[in-house]
Amino acid sequence: MSEWEPKIVAFLCNWCSYGAADLAGVSRLQYPANIRVIRVPCSGRINPKFILAALRHGADGVWVSGCHPGDCHYIEGNYYARRKFALLKSLLEHTGIDPRRLHFSWISSAEASKFAQVAREVVETVRAAGPSRHFIKTLPQGEAAWGQATAELQAEVV
Amino acid sequence: MHAYTEKIRDAARRLLAEKKVDGVIGFRRGTLPLMNEPVFVRHVDHVDQLIWDGNCGINLANYLTKRKDRVAVVAKGCDSRNIVVHIQENQITRDQLHILGVPCQGMLDRKGILRALNGREPLEVEETDSQVRVSGEGFQEVFARREVLQDNCKICIHRNPVIYDELLGEMVEEPTDVDRYEDVRRLESLSVEERWNHFEELIASCIRCYACRNACPQCYCPTCFVDESRPQWVGKSLDPTDTRTFHLLRAYHMAGRCTDCGACERACPMNIKVRQFTKKLEKDAKELFDYEVGIVLEERPPLDTYRPDDPQDFIK
Repeated sequence: MSEWEPKIVAFLCNWCSYGAADLAGVSRLQYPANIRVIRVPCSGRINPKFILAALRHGADGVWVSGCHPGDCHYIEGNYYARRKFALLKSLLEHTGIDPRRLHFSWISSAEASKFAQVAREVVETVRAAGPSRHFIKTLPQGEAAWGQATAELQAEVV
Repeated sequence: MHAYTEKIRDAARRLLAEKKVDGVIGFRRGTLPLMNEPVFVRHVDHVDQLIWDGNCGINLANYLTKRKDRVAVVAKGCDSRNIVVHIQENQITRDQLHILGVPCQGMLDRKGILRALNGREPLEVEETDSQVRVSGEGFQEVFARREVLQDNCKICIHRNPVIYDELLGEMVEEPTDVDRYEDVRRLESLSVEERWNHFEELIASCIRCYACRNACPQCYCPTCFVDESRPQWVGKSLDPTDTRTFHLLRAYHMAGRCTDCGACERACPMNIKVRQFTKKLEKDAKELFDYEVGIVLEERPPLDTYRPDDPQDFIK
């Protein structure tokens, strides 16, 4: 457990990339176990809040994947998502989030090997970026200090 | 510029007398120098409150959201663009509005002037087209007008209203030699770590009063994301991560909607340059989607539409 392993939150669209992950599993394809999958109905469902929340909770990287343009189950959800992500990625990088922590891809449900390939790429890129240090929310003085303060207060009351 | 005052009053008097509108939204003199306040004039007798000078920086489009009545509104360049966005986003209809267009020479940077006065209190402000004369107890300072404009006014390229029912003055010349994104490019040239630190310092003094949100005409959600509690997307504390989340999301909500009217910066009690977030998005929207906010009424905002060949180099 001493060696650090990157934690990556992957938002996969139900109709394509989640299917690709499923197929990769059924096909016994190997990819690193660093990704935690969250299934979403469409890449258009992903709100920038989700991505920020993942980073804030300590994810070292975020990976969003949906259907190829033109193949969206909801016809055009990923077209809107593409514009959203372009601006969001640029804004986050501009304000100092390491570009290696944000990943986007189009993977159809038949592309299990692409899924495994991109998963490996994402994990390696995030690993190279190292543990996330910015944009993680911690208690102001750490939990230990909080526990001590509570104990002192209790002692005073008693 | 001050000639507008009479024209605004005349127009307001006429519109109210003819019952063309239920009210006129404009400015009246504030209780402090350099601070005019918005006013709703509903009766002809009150028309003489209306004034116009270089302290009318508040964006009046903010008072149009979800109105049911018919109003006249005094609009400078940026206000008129925000009105366009409001109409695009169905916050008000064009028929409800009588827009009194006011070509603008830029608004005065109150905080900048106060800084230059170095603690001395301004009591009287006189303005001409080229100068601002500020006087108080035992002092008088004269500033060149263009030196004491708000930051966003210095780089403004839409001084004339883009939409109006009547124009209250001659169109002013739009500057053509302005580099709008010089500051954004300077930041872009820094390393990721330097940029992180830059923004960390930028928002370090933020007290999360949400004045920037409240002053913004585009921030009209019934429940703002900062007030949502289940799930709670932004912590309420002054934790730097929470503060940054607020600023990032506030800015992102302005993506493809911000007209750079400067209301947010003007409202900030801590003098935080919050436009640095929105300027980047404005630059990207221009470069990626070739979109300029609030110019063409029939266009859809960039995040409400798409093109099959949108840039996607960043997607694997």
